[in-house]
Amino acid sequence: MACEQWRGKLDLYSDGELAPADEAALRAHLNSCAACAVDVLDRVQLKRSVHAAGKRYEPSARLRAQIAKTVAKTNAKKAPSANVWGSRIIFLPAAVMLIFALALNFYVGRGYAGRERAARQHVYSELADLHVATLASATPVDVISSDKHTVKPWFQGKIPFTFNLPELPGSEFSLLGGRVTYLEQTPGAQLIYQVRKHEISVFIFPEPALPMPSLLAGPVNALSFNTESWTQNGLRYFVLGDASADDIRALSKLLRDAG
Amino acid sequence: MRVSEDRPSASSFEDLAMPLFDQLYNFARWLTQDTAEAEDLVQETYAKALRGFGSFQQGTNFRAWMYRILRNSFLSSRAGLKIVVPLDEEENENILPAESTTPESILIGEANREMVQHALAELPIHFREILLLCEVEEMSYQEISATLGIPAGTVMSRLSRARKALRGLLQQNLEGGRHGV
Repeated sequence: MACEQWRGKLDLYSDGELAPADEAALRAHLNSCAACAVDVLDRVQLKRSVHAAGKRYEPSARLRAQIAKTVAKTNAKKAPSANVWGSRIIFLPAAVMLIFALALNFYVGRGYAGRERAARQHVYSELADLHVATLASATPVDVISSDKHTVKPWFQGKIPFTFNLPELPGSEFSLLGGRVTYLEQTPGAQLIYQVRKHEISVFIFPEPALPMPSLLAGPVNALSFNTESWTQNGLRYFVLGDASADDIRALSKLLRDAG
Repeated sequence: MRVSEDRPSASSFEDLAMPLFDQLYNFARWLTQDTAEAEDLVQETYAKALRGFGSFQQGTNFRAWMYRILRNSFLSSRAGLKIVVPLDEEENENILPAESTTPESILIGEANREMVQHALAELPIHFREILLLCEVEEMSYQEISATLGIPAGTVMSRLSRARKALRGLLQQNLEGGRHGV
């Protein structure tokens, strides 16, 4: 009879999830019931086997370094130091921006405008995620080439549109390669450019497939990244990276001129 | 907008998240069954967690939060994949009664590490993930409930069924090996 009472709770006991009073009572039962004691031992044995077997995979040192670098890099961007907050030169523009944002919020209102901002922020957050995840990846680009005549044809058959890329000789920018990416379930192209050790992502998507395209234009500051966005020939371009706003603008101009 | 001082700081993200790196990778590798995919999944998890850390509620379980991000990212990356659990399996929230010890269960005790790993990999994903969270990550039922987004009662019943399924596979493999000799 006692066994029947406890049989359904042996897993809870083995997992350390039984209430203290029940645990003490079950322990007393186990001292007098060999069958239940063996059953518990059996369960504990299986737990130990799974515990040992489950610790199977170890990450590579390379992956660890990449993640640590990403985290540290973001910390450096986000964590304000005492000097920065103490500097009025830095703080003043931020305060002006804050007042401007509050005033804008007051005049525009909170309803529809708030939802528009949230949607816009969502798109840029997704792009920032894609950019960070791509750079942290072991294989940031699927086609590795600095030659636009190699990169552009590689996308044929992989995305439902084509685009033009600029000639770069004489500029500070270099093309590292590209990959297929997705935004809101829309396939597009992601190109990685470099300028003075800063990587910049250029995303290209067919505009009609994107949500609320009119909200996406213009430069914004997304999670410390500088961005630029415009529409050309039915395609929506996003340029995003930790390079300076001037570099982002310069690369955007090269892409616009090529398109 | 005022930034509250008790909001989690970016520097504390590193302190909280980096110690979880090895175990998150192990879990990702078990889920994906592929090294490159697991690496991408862990990277995506950290990128998303970094972005969302400002909205992470202090005082709630950070580990469960990270695992939930990883699991959701995994489900998103496998377009269309949902961890489907047969309804009848979750309807009965009672834990299955213990089964008496049999010669087979003694044999299971003799199963080596490789056999258990093989059986774990063979398990349906909803059984594999809950066993890993409970036995490898040593999460409480409450943590598992928060990670998987299921009630604590379902955690108990699913765990019980997962163990039963694992035993079944181990017995099957052991018997297969025995007959093969």
